[in-house]
Amino acid sequence: MHDTPRTPVPQNGPEADLYRQLIEYIKTKEPKESSLIDVMHFTQDLFGYVPKTAQLLIGEMLNIHTTKVYGVLTFYNYFTEVPKGRYAISVCLGTACYVKGGAEVLAAFSKELGIKPGDTTADRLFSIVQTRCLGDCSNAPIVMINDDLLPKVTVKQVPGIIARYRKLAQDCGQAAAPAGKEAVSS
Amino acid sequence: MSETTITQAEVRPLTLAENPFTALREWAAQHRPVLDQRLARRTDVVPDGRYYKLSGPFYSRQTRIVLRNCEITDPLQIADYIALDGYEALARTLEQMASQSQMVADMRAANLRGRGGAGFNTGRKWAEALKHDARHKYVICNADEGDPGAYMDRSLLENDPHAVLEGMALAGYAIGADHGFIYVRAEYPTAVKRLKIAIAQAEACGLLGEHILGSDFSFKIELRLGAGAFVCGEGTALMESIEGRRGMPRVKEYRTAEKGLFGYPTVINNVETLGNVHWIYLNGWQWFHDIGTEDSSGTKVFALVGKIQNAGLVEVPMGTTLREIVYDIGGGVREGGQLKAVQTGGPSGGCIPADMIDIPVDFGSLARVGSIMGSGGMVILDDTDCMVDIARFFMEFTVDESCGKCTPCRVGNKRVLEILNRITKGQGSLQDLSYLEELCEVIRDTSLCGLGQAAPNPVLSTLQYFRAEYLEHIEHKHCPAGVCRSLLNYEITDACVGCGLCTRKCPTGCISGEKKQQHHIDQSHCVKCGTCIQVCPVHAIERH
Repeated sequence: MHDTPRTPVPQNGPEADLYRQLIEYIKTKEPKESSLIDVMHFTQDLFGYVPKTAQLLIGEMLNIHTTKVYGVLTFYNYFTEVPKGRYAISVCLGTACYVKGGAEVLAAFSKELGIKPGDTTADRLFSIVQTRCLGDCSNAPIVMINDDLLPKVTVKQVPGIIARYRKLAQDCGQAAAPAGKEAVSS
Repeated sequence: MSETTITQAEVRPLTLAENPFTALREWAAQHRPVLDQRLARRTDVVPDGRYYKLSGPFYSRQTRIVLRNCEITDPLQIADYIALDGYEALARTLEQMASQSQMVADMRAANLRGRGGAGFNTGRKWAEALKHDARHKYVICNADEGDPGAYMDRSLLENDPHAVLEGMALAGYAIGADHGFIYVRAEYPTAVKRLKIAIAQAEACGLLGEHILGSDFSFKIELRLGAGAFVCGEGTALMESIEGRRGMPRVKEYRTAEKGLFGYPTVINNVETLGNVHWIYLNGWQWFHDIGTEDSSGTKVFALVGKIQNAGLVEVPMGTTLREIVYDIGGGVREGGQLKAVQTGGPSGGCIPADMIDIPVDFGSLARVGSIMGSGGMVILDDTDCMVDIARFFMEFTVDESCGKCTPCRVGNKRVLEILNRITKGQGSLQDLSYLEELCEVIRDTSLCGLGQAAPNPVLSTLQYFRAEYLEHIEHKHCPAGVCRSLLNYEITDACVGCGLCTRKCPTGCISGEKKQQHHIDQSHCVKCGTCIQVCPVHAIERH
């Protein structure tokens, strides 16, 4: 169903293998528009972002114009062109969390890490995501770090939480893991 | 474990039996005592007629039909669902080769109104889809529960996924569809995982997929993930997303039931709506119709959150008063606060003031007071919540999530937000209020989709019931609830011990004082950042 793609992808380097995996994955999907979002999710999970080369590759293999791929990437919050940190910190700002002080918790993370919501730390360890409702409203305010859900977070707890994940990254080796679905049980 | 691995749960290939329907019932009868034994060991579960319920006053005051199995059965064991009459409605439908038009008529008579918030009669929607002949028809489960403060759908998907699957299959049979999609938020990874497992188990048992229970009816369900766009909860935007495009709503040239997904007749139902379906066919449309009010049959699941004593999911018959929900079940306002308002319907809804607490909750009565039922989010606000700030919060959300396709929503809501921001910063004027109202009405009347049409609701309803608070912000530059930071004055009281910590931490250097003497804040330079309050070791700084 798919020919070998003509888009040049890196043959060496840290992402070469990721591209190989991506190509294999796209080959299992029908080459049309309705496969796009599924493939984008796979790419985002695998790389931690959707690189320009991947956009071109996806467009070619799914028979979609690259502007459409880019259009979808920029429309949905989940997809980024800039790498997310190893630990994506989502501070819920849904209504319940907001009235329980979610905005203060977000400010605390921002201050502690020295980055604005939406940005990633220089060491690519953390990024802050400003999320809408994560759906655990009775435990407001909620913070989600990758797949870990932290309930009833207070401003005072923030430095400790960050320290815990820094230590975890150290224990697991500082080799920049692609910011995928690495979860930590708290 | 791969995501579609069936766990150690037992699955039985029912289609291999001589009579698959009998085999299903035998399995139910055999597994029931196993389930009974497991539940008997739990102290938080008690028998409830034919089934079970969670114990304690929070639960006993509810009428949990949709949530019946939640936190009682194991969502990863299909046998549990089957033991409590699961898939029996589907089995009977197929065994009796039920008439589609009769099924649709029954659903219509039951008056199950869409639980996603629009409240459209589900049977009428199905009737429309049944009418049209096409090569394909689709059932879509809208699991893009985006209202902040609402998690009813997530709970059902995680704790009783089979109820949703069976509901979809029944809908599929009724309208003549062979394929279903569950469009679920990517923010719900647990729900996604459990749905995949449930689908795999159901297929292995012949309860989904080709020739269900050996009949002529085939129905396959697939998952499609959202990607963080609230607007994709809107039906046509959802379909755009499944089709691989930006989630921008369609012009409503055709009803979805006539030309929907990929151009084919499609029924889109909310998770909670689907969760009701198999109970309606098991117990009959009359049973469902008898619950609730004339305007709205059945129960509704609310997410009771905010400044409430007992936060959680509450399922009650339509027509239950707000007072009963907030006080009898919710335990009243937490920490002895004063109830100010109940916000219903999320960013599309309105605020109901405390003096209207005796209002019965159903579609009609909430609409009449300027709010909506919405998906069921119910946020309790007390005297420490600023109604202007709440309106601003929702408008900020809307501006963020607007798809940008139509001018009234894209531009109009942004202008509304700008006005609200100025008011909360003490820069509003009286003219802003009249302009605000006019602007909101235009947005409501001219936006392309429900997001824009309902976006002004929080503003209009707070203006209606809490106008005085707006005026306080505008005329007196004062926030009675003590929320709007720019309008607060920070003062050091005589509890101050003169340690000087605040002076050192203040970012503008506006605090002065002698050692061991009471310190003082220069208001003209204070930026209201709140650092001084945070660092003061003796809590000597007040904010009002």
